[in-house]
Amino acid sequence: MADHLLEVRNLSVDFHTVTGTVHAVRNISYYLDRGETLAILGESGSGKSVSSSAIMNLIDMPPGKITSGEILLEGKDLLKMSAEARREVNGRRIAMIFQDPLSHLNPVYTVGWQVREALKTHGISTTQAQAEALRLFKRVALPDPERALDKYPHEFSGGQRQRVMIAMALALKPDLLIADEPTTALDVTVQAEVLALLKELQRETGMGVLIITHDLGVVSEVADRVVVMEKGQLVESGTVRDVYRNPQHPYTKKLIAAAPGKGEMHEPEAQGEPILSVKNARKSYGGFDALKGVSFDLKQGETVAVVGESGSGKSTLARILLRLEEPDGGTAHWKGKDLFTMSPGDLFKLRRDLQMVFQDPTQSLNPRMTVYQLISEAWVIHPEILPKAKWRERAAELLGQVGLSPEHMGRYPHQFSGGQRQRIAIARALALEPKLIVCDEAVSALDVSVQAQVITLLDKLRKEMGIAFIFIAHDLPLVRDFADYVMVMQKGEVVEFGTVAQVFDNPQKPYTQALLAASLDPDPDVQAANRNARLATAS
Amino acid sequence: MLSFIRKRAFASLISLIGLLVMVFFLSRLTGDPASLFLPVEASAEMKAEFRALHGLDQPLLVQFGQYVGNVVTGDLGESLRKARPALDVVLEAFVWTLWLAVITMTLVTVCAIVVGSLAAFRTGGFFDRFSSMVSLIGASVPDFWLAIVAIVVFAIQLSWLPTSGTGTLSHWILPICVLFVRPFGIIVQVVRGSMISALSSAYVKTARAKGVKSGPIIFIHALRNAMLPVITVIGDQAASLLNGAVIIETIFGFPGVGKLMIDSILQRDFNVVLAAILVTAFAIFLMNLVIDLAYALLDPRIRY
Repeated sequence: MADHLLEVRNLSVDFHTVTGTVHAVRNISYYLDRGETLAILGESGSGKSVSSSAIMNLIDMPPGKITSGEILLEGKDLLKMSAEARREVNGRRIAMIFQDPLSHLNPVYTVGWQVREALKTHGISTTQAQAEALRLFKRVALPDPERALDKYPHEFSGGQRQRVMIAMALALKPDLLIADEPTTALDVTVQAEVLALLKELQRETGMGVLIITHDLGVVSEVADRVVVMEKGQLVESGTVRDVYRNPQHPYTKKLIAAAPGKGEMHEPEAQGEPILSVKNARKSYGGFDALKGVSFDLKQGETVAVVGESGSGKSTLARILLRLEEPDGGTAHWKGKDLFTMSPGDLFKLRRDLQMVFQDPTQSLNPRMTVYQLISEAWVIHPEILPKAKWRERAAELLGQVGLSPEHMGRYPHQFSGGQRQRIAIARALALEPKLIVCDEAVSALDVSVQAQVITLLDKLRKEMGIAFIFIAHDLPLVRDFADYVMVMQKGEVVEFGTVAQVFDNPQKPYTQALLAASLDPDPDVQAANRNARLATAS
Repeated sequence: MLSFIRKRAFASLISLIGLLVMVFFLSRLTGDPASLFLPVEASAEMKAEFRALHGLDQPLLVQFGQYVGNVVTGDLGESLRKARPALDVVLEAFVWTLWLAVITMTLVTVCAIVVGSLAAFRTGGFFDRFSSMVSLIGASVPDFWLAIVAIVVFAIQLSWLPTSGTGTLSHWILPICVLFVRPFGIIVQVVRGSMISALSSAYVKTARAKGVKSGPIIFIHALRNAMLPVITVIGDQAASLLNGAVIIETIFGFPGVGKLMIDSILQRDFNVVLAAILVTAFAIFLMNLVIDLAYALLDPRIRY
């Protein structure tokens, strides 16, 4: 039997920490052949990135320790090689691209220098490296490649930076490319472009691609086979279609069931006068117009989703509505009063009604306050809501509402998982009994299964308490499941506004269509059909 | 860029004026030069004459106005003690201090960067623990004590080096070595901390995935990123040397600006004190400007 390009056999990795030993991966095995794409699918903490770090010799030992197994590159065990021999393999035979290209590129050197370094490290002359870097930049379709070589990472957009990373990784025509969440930080349309580029380059070079992701959509778009990981163990493997159609392990089933975008779409049913009416809201930073006149209405218990890519102005809209920043023009009537011109005193009273849940609960919860302090702080500021004697009781009740238990009150945020922290943030928002909650990418940082739980929670609050939501998101399937209305934004303007059914089933504007087309479906067959349709319209 | 330099110069000018006001009036509180310069038995007339000669009989505000007027035209007055222009006296001493500071800080910077980087590369290793201990001692040991011990050991007992004064190259060795210790200890700690975070950064991971060797990873990828907080501390330490290492210069009889200032204060030689403060303040302003420009040079994201 011929050797596989890469074979991982019975790999186990431990990390020794102060709190004890963590078995990051336990006894996992998989293989990958030339020209093939294998996806490692898992949520945070599943150990999906650990085996690739082991392949690249990026695990710091200590605290890490490979306790068993082999990593065979064409039959030769990497783990038995000298450090110098492994350094030679890195970049030349196996290359890697990462999730966040901004932090993975050195900020103080030009990108051209960094690509040339990859070549020169493996013995290519300076002049040749210069010519090769230019060729690579042209190949990954960076605009104005000659000048791009002399720019620094911060001068590029996210998608362009990932192209730089890809150019750098492919500099020495590696046999194997490891891509660790390569498109997670990118907008959907950019994600589609980058994945298409990877596919194309794979066809050209015949390399094997190992892609690590939490996103079923990415798996269905690019992978041939998939292995599913949970808590350091490999729970399922097979072709993408088989695993999606016929998952065997309960965890895989749960993961597939949790993928958003398959539920019933909401039909708006709210009646009566709008509680919030925004007209022509504007905001500019220096000479840059972030919001160029946005208008919409919102009724009680209703959800408007604001979707758009980075730079569309969706977060700016949230911030000026809550007066976290001052608007430059327009009006926003909340129960008849204009939020934009309201006096600080009136605004203070109104803060009760309007609450916000932020993207990253790790940052939005003060790490030095207990859960009880975080929740009851609202009542310290607005003492008219609740007499002090009832604070504990009410805090316990709120925790119950968001699916946490009253025993959690004495703990600190770091003692919770990401999903639990976001629940705490929601409980804190609920403490003021708000009428409107603005969620700015409130579930984007969470794992798919946790995302589904938080969305279910928000939906329950809407039904039971009649809270209205402004739901800012870039993830279209999620919006489809949760919102009543969708507002599509681009470059500070509303491109399209309609009910979920209108926008998703019958998008009118080309930008909305492009956005929907770029969104990835977890079903490999649906995704293949989408891809073919996209190619057909493109050609 | 030019507008940045202009803005900084303007801001420094304001602090310079504040400094001038404060030092001028505070130094006048320390006593009357006439009773210090003239013999004890000098008559009241002689003292009055002395004061009139040097303008010390005028009201303080008038004296200050005259002084500022002179400063603007570049005249910092005469040294009472040496009967020469105060600026010349100060510049002469300042050159000594400048050399001492430049040589010391160059040695400190090079040694601290190498030691701190290597310590950061293998955190918790023998070298890291050893250098942490040495740098902690260095940062906390009193320099006057070290200077005296060094004189006792190397000059008196071993007779390898001169106790004090200037003249030969060997006169420089003890002052430089003693001045080296504290900034070295402090900067090693800063380099180490800054390098640890740089070495655990994502771009270092990328470099390792590219197959870059350890040497370039430490000294090319990580170091340049780690230098920003380090040069701030280097500037801070260099400033205290430029101010004149008063105690060390006095112990070693080194004719620098620190010793000059102490001598001039003791003898109420106001013009020299003021000139020395102006000159060192100007030097420190220049050095801070260089540090700001070094920031921009090291990090392309910083533009003025």
